[in-house]
Amino acid sequence: MTSLGTSPTTLNDAADVVALLVLLSEFAMLRSSLSRSQVRLYAFQSLCVSILAGFVAATRHIVELYGLMGMSFLLKVIVVPLIIVRLVKEIRVDVTASHRIGVATMVLLAIVLSVFGVFVVGHLPVHSRSLPILPLALAAAVILVSFLLVIVRNDVVSQAIGFFSLENGVSVASLVLAAGLPLIVELAFLFDLLVAVVVFGLLMRVHHGRTGTLSTQALDRLRG
Amino acid sequence: MGAVLIAILVLPLAASVVCLKAPMRAAKSVSLTSGVATFGLALVLVSSHHVATALAGWLRADALSVVFLLAVSFLYGTTTVFAIGYMRPAEGLAEARYSRRFFAGLNLFAWAMAMAPIVNGLALLWVAIEVTTVVSALLVAIGDTDGAVEAAWKYVLLASMGLGIALLATVFMYYAGSTVLGGSYEIFYPKLLGAAPHLPPEIVRLSFGLAVLGFGTKMGLVPVHTWLPDAHSEAPTPVSALLSGALLTVSFYAILRFYQVSVRAIGPAFPRDVLLVFGLASLVLAALYLASQRDLKRLLAYSSVEHMGILAIGMSFSAPIAMIGVLLHVLAHAAAKSTAFFGAGNVIRKFGSKDLDRIRGGVGALPWSGPMFLLAVLALSAMPPFGIFRSEFLIVEGGLSIGATALSAVLVVFVTCAFLGLSWFASQTMVTPTPDSVVRSEVSVWMAGSMVIGLVALVVLGVHPPAQLSGLLERAAAELGAHT
Repeated sequence: MTSLGTSPTTLNDAADVVALLVLLSEFAMLRSSLSRSQVRLYAFQSLCVSILAGFVAATRHIVELYGLMGMSFLLKVIVVPLIIVRLVKEIRVDVTASHRIGVATMVLLAIVLSVFGVFVVGHLPVHSRSLPILPLALAAAVILVSFLLVIVRNDVVSQAIGFFSLENGVSVASLVLAAGLPLIVELAFLFDLLVAVVVFGLLMRVHHGRTGTLSTQALDRLRG
Repeated sequence: MGAVLIAILVLPLAASVVCLKAPMRAAKSVSLTSGVATFGLALVLVSSHHVATALAGWLRADALSVVFLLAVSFLYGTTTVFAIGYMRPAEGLAEARYSRRFFAGLNLFAWAMAMAPIVNGLALLWVAIEVTTVVSALLVAIGDTDGAVEAAWKYVLLASMGLGIALLATVFMYYAGSTVLGGSYEIFYPKLLGAAPHLPPEIVRLSFGLAVLGFGTKMGLVPVHTWLPDAHSEAPTPVSALLSGALLTVSFYAILRFYQVSVRAIGPAFPRDVLLVFGLASLVLAALYLASQRDLKRLLAYSSVEHMGILAIGMSFSAPIAMIGVLLHVLAHAAAKSTAFFGAGNVIRKFGSKDLDRIRGGVGALPWSGPMFLLAVLALSAMPPFGIFRSEFLIVEGGLSIGATALSAVLVVFVTCAFLGLSWFASQTMVTPTPDSVVRSEVSVWMAGSMVIGLVALVVLGVHPPAQLSGLLERAAAELGAHT
């Protein structure tokens, strides 16, 4: 990946590795068949993003980013996963996530999307002061794969996790491009996450209570 | 003028807090006062020729902002009038709680939408639009029925993912700005516009494309409109009116802010093409979908998609006169669509159904709001003497002035298709014999009254817009880059 302009210092390599872990956990989410393990993977991915935020805060001396790191650790690694796991437990269905296409096709598609994202964004004329460009390219891949996750999996847990991991991808991208972007922006997105969890909870309660399933195939009353 | 901006920042927020605690009657009067006062404050800004700023530049209202603020605050006022009739006196504790939450949410929603045009900078704009999603998703789900929860889920998922993309666009634009302006990330609009000619073109192009896709999801552009008909049909009617008339246009405002920068950075060709593709798809598909609807509110929702398409096409003409038409269309569509939704609210209350097959003889059943609903539908279909006729006329004229004859013709053809679809359903449901079982009476004076205000505004916009408003629209078009 030297062609992508990665600087050879050890610190930057470490950042690249963490960003790569974010993408790998996205793949694992796409692949994993149990909702609970998806949630765990999401918590792990969020942990990586928090570490990256802390890394930028420490190396570039941007104090606000410690706040962001703390908030995203608290919400995305602890609170949101706990709530989802609890909601899934409450309905007492062993949720095995379903998908519309075979696993192999799904993973192949994800690889194609990631390669596309990494190469297109990797060639943008971006010279970041905070991180090398590779994390940005990987973030683009994460965002594309998260869309795939939402599209091909048809259970509400996967869809929620897909959206949450999109947020992780955007976080990584903003760490590269605009590390000092007002904290309030990131906080607003974290807040949106919470509201998604609330609507998600409502959905689980109202919808599952009547149909006994978490499949989105039962969400078909409104069409046309 | 700065004081006016601060008042707009404080007033609806305070109203929302009061509504959470106060009894229903107080909540209603506080909401009404706040709605009318906010519109009054917006009118004060219209007559001012200066750019208003407050809070060390964090709030800023130029002519473009005021146009959108005017649309939002007008709807805020009329919607509170409608909501007073719509929310019946609470009978039990659960109902009282429901209406408290409803009014608190309504004020908060209006507050977030009023903030979007007057905050200064793309990041804060994104935050304001994010808050509108959060509040309105909860308002869509407030009915707690199967349909409402399904619609809210689709809405929150799609709109949030769209806004994720919009945030990416914002981040890219900030990066582009920082290459010229240095590491400061408090980039206000004038600073960014000043630096625009020196921004890296690849990044700006990427950012604009992402912005149209991301904010376009909230604006309801085809093919990312799929949440819109569901949310509009399942939300309580006052919320539907605000969603359609104000929320969609606020998202359009965000696109215009990116447009403003992009046109100065990379010229008009790329933004024009992007807007044209999305606009045409929206206009054509919505006009065709209109004909196959069975639900009154979904019908109006598709009409919104159609009008958003018209806005995008109008911008893609990038002729000064078309831009004035687009801005007038924002105002006229807000008035017409909300009046139509209020009419639909009356009809649905009266017949107890949204199903177009079960609504018959609306004009006979509702002596005032029935005919007014018909008028609103005609106004939506660009009939004179209403405002949308004037605005679409200007847009087509702009298209012809730059030689886009074929496009202008397509525009006219599909607007006519939509007119046929809308008027067919309107005549089926409204101008037919009234069943004997339906009593001839108005549902509520407030609900009918809100429609009178909307229609008066539409006639004013159509027949003779006040000189100050015309001046405002011209200044706003110039800010968008109409003189270039």
